[in-house]
Amino acid sequence: MALIEGIFEPGLVVTTVDWVLNWSRKRSIFPMTFGIACCAIEMMATGAARFDLDRFGAGAFRATPRQADLMIVAGTVTFKMAERLRRLWEQMAEPRFVIAMGACAISGGPYHLHAYHVVKGVDQVVPVDVYVPGCPPRPEALIEGLMRLQDKIGTRTIAKKCEV
Amino acid sequence: MTPSEIIEILKPHEGDGIVSAAADGTHPHVVVKAQRLAAVAAVLKTDWRLRFDLLRCISAIDWPAQNGVELSYDLISTSLGHAFAVKVMLDRADPQVESVAGVWPAAEWHEREAFDLMGVTFLRHPDLRRILLPEDWVGHPLRKDYPYPVAYKGLKLNP
Repeated sequence: MALIEGIFEPGLVVTTVDWVLNWSRKRSIFPMTFGIACCAIEMMATGAARFDLDRFGAGAFRATPRQADLMIVAGTVTFKMAERLRRLWEQMAEPRFVIAMGACAISGGPYHLHAYHVVKGVDQVVPVDVYVPGCPPRPEALIEGLMRLQDKIGTRTIAKKCEV
Repeated sequence: MTPSEIIEILKPHEGDGIVSAAADGTHPHVVVKAQRLAAVAAVLKTDWRLRFDLLRCISAIDWPAQNGVELSYDLISTSLGHAFAVKVMLDRADPQVESVAGVWPAAEWHEREAFDLMGVTFLRHPDLRRILLPEDWVGHPLRKDYPYPVAYKGLKLNP
């Protein structure tokens, strides 16, 4: 006989606070409505009916950074945009996550060598959790990136400050 | 109306302002003196036989060998269905020309772009600011001798 068996009503579930928090967080990632370039078209396709990001609880694109958990950097980030992007990220409530979607956001992509105006990787501006390569990535790739982000959120704990 | 007819209409008004004219070829145009550009623009817009009501684009071309910056104004008449272009050659060290934003409102942003990327100053422009690059950017990137920057506000360009 287990320690608490028969003491509580049937239907009692025993778990950890970490597990419940992570379970709820990773199944309700609200992305920000934030598309910069052509990758945003794929991001919109991912959110729409055919690929349906809502299956993962991430289909509620919020129109304000205050309500968003996830910033999908979908496109080329110029230096002029970098300041605004950083400010939007700072306005998001913690815990906040960033997916760098596509070649431009990862490294500057086709603008890596000769462009004077493009940030060569958005990780110079904000901390990036998941990189999704492609030019642009297919919706399946973005969904894969989101699932990897869910895995990452699953490893968080309230016991120490998390870098994720 | 053919390009040569357009040039014939322009000549009585602005004959001494026209440096050269090209009626043939793929891009018929007149080259005018910089200080006469606004007057030529007004004629092109208002003359009842020309009626160029649409400024399609302003191209700025850097010619280091000729020590000049060339502006090319491409025009269309939506009512009469003909097209033409006006070119002007400016001093490369200090390119200045009268704004035509009062004639064609579309010129306002085109001129801001030419100012931003080529460093052409448009006199009497209503709002001459950079349009694409950050306000504190140094230099004009589409000049042939533009030095490729190393970093901008701590963000490296070639990490």
